[in-house]
Amino acid sequence: MADLNTVFAGAIRTPNPFWLASGPPTNSGEQVMRAFDAGWGGAVWKTIGEPIVNTSSRYSSVDWNGQRMMGLNNIELISDRPIEVNLREIAEVKKRYPRHAVIASLMVESTREAWHDIVKRTEDAGADGLELNFGCPHGMSERGMGAAVGQVPEYSCMITEWVKEVARTPVLVKLTPNVTDIRAVARAARRGGADGLSAINTINSITGIDLDTFTPRPNVGGSSAHGGYCGPAVKPIALHLVQQIASDPEVGLPISGIGGIAGWREAAEFILLGATTLQVCTAAMHYGYRIVEDMADGLSHWMDGKGFRSIADFRGLSLTRITEWKHLNLNYQIVARINRETCIGCDLCYVACWDGAHQCIHLDGEGAKGALPAAMEAASRARISTTPIATLDASRALDGRTPPERIPRVDEAECVGCNLCWLVCPVEGCITMAEVGAGRPSQSWDERTAAGG
Amino acid sequence: MSPADKGHIQPLARNLRQFPELHPPLDSNAALAEANRCLFCFDAPCTAACPTHIDVPRFIKKISTGNLRGSALTILDANILGLSCSRVCPVAVLCEGACVLHRYNQKPIEIGRLQRFAMDRFYEDGAPAGFAAVVSPRTGRVACIGGGPASLACAAELRRQGHRVTIFDNRPLPGGLNTYGVAEYKLRPADSLREVEFVRSLGVEFQHAEVGTLVPIEQLENEYDLIFIGIGLGAMWKLGIPGEDLPGVIDALRFIERYKTAEDFTVNGRVVVIGGGNTAIDAANAARRLGAREVHLVYRRTERQMPAFSFEYHHSKVEGVRFHWLAQPVEIVAADGRVAGVKFIETRLAGSDSGGRPEVIPVAGSYFELPCDLVIPALGQSRFLGSLCESRGIRLNGRSIAVDRPTGETSNPRYYAGGDCVNGGREVVDAVADGRRAALAMTLRMEPKPEAVHG
Ligand SMILES: Cc1cc2nc3c(=O)[nH]c(=O)nc-3n(C[C@H](O)[C@H](O)[C@H](O)COP(=O)(O)O)c2cc1C
Ligand code: SF4
Ligand code: SF4
Repeated sequence: MADLNTVFAGAIRTPNPFWLASGPPTNSGEQVMRAFDAGWGGAVWKTIGEPIVNTSSRYSSVDWNGQRMMGLNNIELISDRPIEVNLREIAEVKKRYPRHAVIASLMVESTREAWHDIVKRTEDAGADGLELNFGCPHGMSERGMGAAVGQVPEYSCMITEWVKEVARTPVLVKLTPNVTDIRAVARAARRGGADGLSAINTINSITGIDLDTFTPRPNVGGSSAHGGYCGPAVKPIALHLVQQIASDPEVGLPISGIGGIAGWREAAEFILLGATTLQVCTAAMHYGYRIVEDMADGLSHWMDGKGFRSIADFRGLSLTRITEWKHLNLNYQIVARINRETCIGCDLCYVACWDGAHQCIHLDGEGAKGALPAAMEAASRARISTTPIATLDASRALDGRTPPERIPRVDEAECVGCNLCWLVCPVEGCITMAEVGAGRPSQSWDERTAAGG
Repeated sequence: MSPADKGHIQPLARNLRQFPELHPPLDSNAALAEANRCLFCFDAPCTAACPTHIDVPRFIKKISTGNLRGSALTILDANILGLSCSRVCPVAVLCEGACVLHRYNQKPIEIGRLQRFAMDRFYEDGAPAGFAAVVSPRTGRVACIGGGPASLACAAELRRQGHRVTIFDNRPLPGGLNTYGVAEYKLRPADSLREVEFVRSLGVEFQHAEVGTLVPIEQLENEYDLIFIGIGLGAMWKLGIPGEDLPGVIDALRFIERYKTAEDFTVNGRVVVIGGGNTAIDAANAARRLGAREVHLVYRRTERQMPAFSFEYHHSKVEGVRFHWLAQPVEIVAADGRVAGVKFIETRLAGSDSGGRPEVIPVAGSYFELPCDLVIPALGQSRFLGSLCESRGIRLNGRSIAVDRPTGETSNPRYYAGGDCVNGGREVVDAVADGRRAALAMTLRMEPKPEAVHG
């Protein structure tokens, strides 16, 4: 059975790599204790600092194709509760859950004294580690904190140094994605002495506009402000940024991966790109703490199936498979193949290839080259169809098989292997991308230009 | 006074109670979820299967984006009776039967209910008022004989093409079978009449007058450029056996019309329905719901040859109708001057199914009697085309009007025809398709011929 126990930065021990990210799910001791009961291995406390006042409303989201909250946006600030209350509750949680990780997220004004003071008090309360919130993209940044720090490498380095002057527990710096090159800030954190990185915080966003009132969401008395975007929609961005810092030799710090994680699959992906632990906010806000059960369960079964005994066994395995475009093999060639047995005849691959790719899927059986899409549609609209008469027309009833004329044909000689048809096909496994011309020597763009080709 | 002002448009309280809708409407959440399931197929098979070729995935997509007006207009563009079709179409053998999701081991998209959702919203919003009536003004004049779905669709399309159209109907309320003949749990007369009003709002004129008697056909020929025949079918066939005119015998269409329009119409005791088609089944189900203790449907062939859709048959069994095969009536038995029962003779089938249906042969001496209080013959409808077609030189094909299928043109070039009088009695949607095709063909015909170009 896979062992999910994880150690972060040599000192933070956690029964599994799943932590709640700093946010509403980690706002109070009562919540964090229920989360630990549900199976979370750790929690990054809702960012502690001088209490703020929040607006109403605070969240807005992007729904997609009937699914709620594909992406979530918030304009919430840090904790609105007094520092001493948060610290008292951290102490209480640590007393009752000594084996779980409690990391305190911190944000105070940018003075050495303020940071020294909060670090000492938090560690005295028993936190296992500190996360410096240099990422919050809205509100706090207008007051010179959050992303205002995280977007300037020198500030990030300086404040990390101040913290390290007094800290006894590991210090994580939480990075903002709202920069042109995330590695610059990651390297600065490293120079400042950070023990680990958390990435990513939310992405600047405006989710949408009410088309009756013209007010962007979320609506605060008729106005709005940009917020921070997170949830499933941001996973690809987060994965890329994690890969960037994980592969950078000048960074070399353990990473707590964040951004769109909602299940064990995303968790495995972040770990394969170098993350040591994982943080989750939106998915827990959407479905509650209970989602962690399948995250741990699914990850263990997958690890068992692959023969991985611990997280360390597969951490970073995919990093070596990400290279620069110029090193990709230009002689690798795949083509689409359609399984005629499972094809349902939706012809989405056909129209996608014609309008969005390389015009090499045809609806002509095995015969001559097919007509253009518009002509095909016009022909079937011109055909006279009638309601079958019961019994008499029974022979016309569909026998449950796809009419052969609706099963597309790929012209393999013209197929460029772009994947589009395979991506749009609604039937799992119906289109496969098969390698052709295997055995040709590999040649990259770099090699080709070097060879003068 | 428009039909809307007449009492008939108010649904009968008894019918609302006894005939709750077979397929209740979707609420907006359910419609959105269902719409989002649609794959948006290319050259979608559902669209090809629809006789009016409604662009199904397009109207469904518009529901999912919240563009409900656009969705309704997409439907109406192809099928002006989108409201009644969404309720009465046998979708299982049309659009939904063709949905690719059958082959993905999923339920097909509920196209009928989604169409109804879009159409209901359209009518609730009072949107018909804003419907672009005329696409381009033209000068043709067309008379449509008959006020059923074929004529309504033909007239509406002609109006949109800019022509002037009058519908002549011999019934007090237009709409034909949509108003008088569809089972109450599928379509209420009020909804049929809402559509009639919509067609009227496009500028179509309605005259309550019988052509051939009140309005001589010559008059129509003088006043109109072209004439469309959409008169449907005639009265139901008689059984042709003794006792047929006794009180307590009423054919299925008259029976359906009565219960749809008369609040005091009731049914008690035992009912015998004779016939095996969809109308027989509609009547049998209605008799159950109106209070019949037992309903027996007797058909002279077997379940396998029954000319009803299988889903109608199964529905009827759930309603509690009892089916009897291989028997045909020989006499309606009377007592005290009323129906007391039906005398049947057993039958057997001869010949194979190859090509046509097997022949029915009475089994000598095998008589039996079913006592009952009401007999509903449902033998299909006759056609009353004889004199009109004969006098105008319109060729028949068997007992239907022969037409060129893509245009609806008859052998007399001034006459077009569509609907049941051409196809022998299919669905509302087939009539709508016929009517619209004819309207487009007539528009082409009435187009001024371009001058010959020299040089
Ligand atoms: C409502 C809300 C409040 C948040 N508050 C904080 C915060 O106080 N401090 C912080 O570092 N990140 C905060 N975040 C960012 C999350 O910790 C996380 O980085 C981001 O949501 C991406 O993860 P996800 O895709 O799993 O939601 C907040 C996110 C949300 C949705
Ligand atoms: S997308 Fe897939 S299921 Fe649809 S036609 Fe193409 S191969 Fe068949
Ligand atoms: S066949 Fe089904 S899935 Fe495809 S477009 Fe029609 S309703 Fe949608």
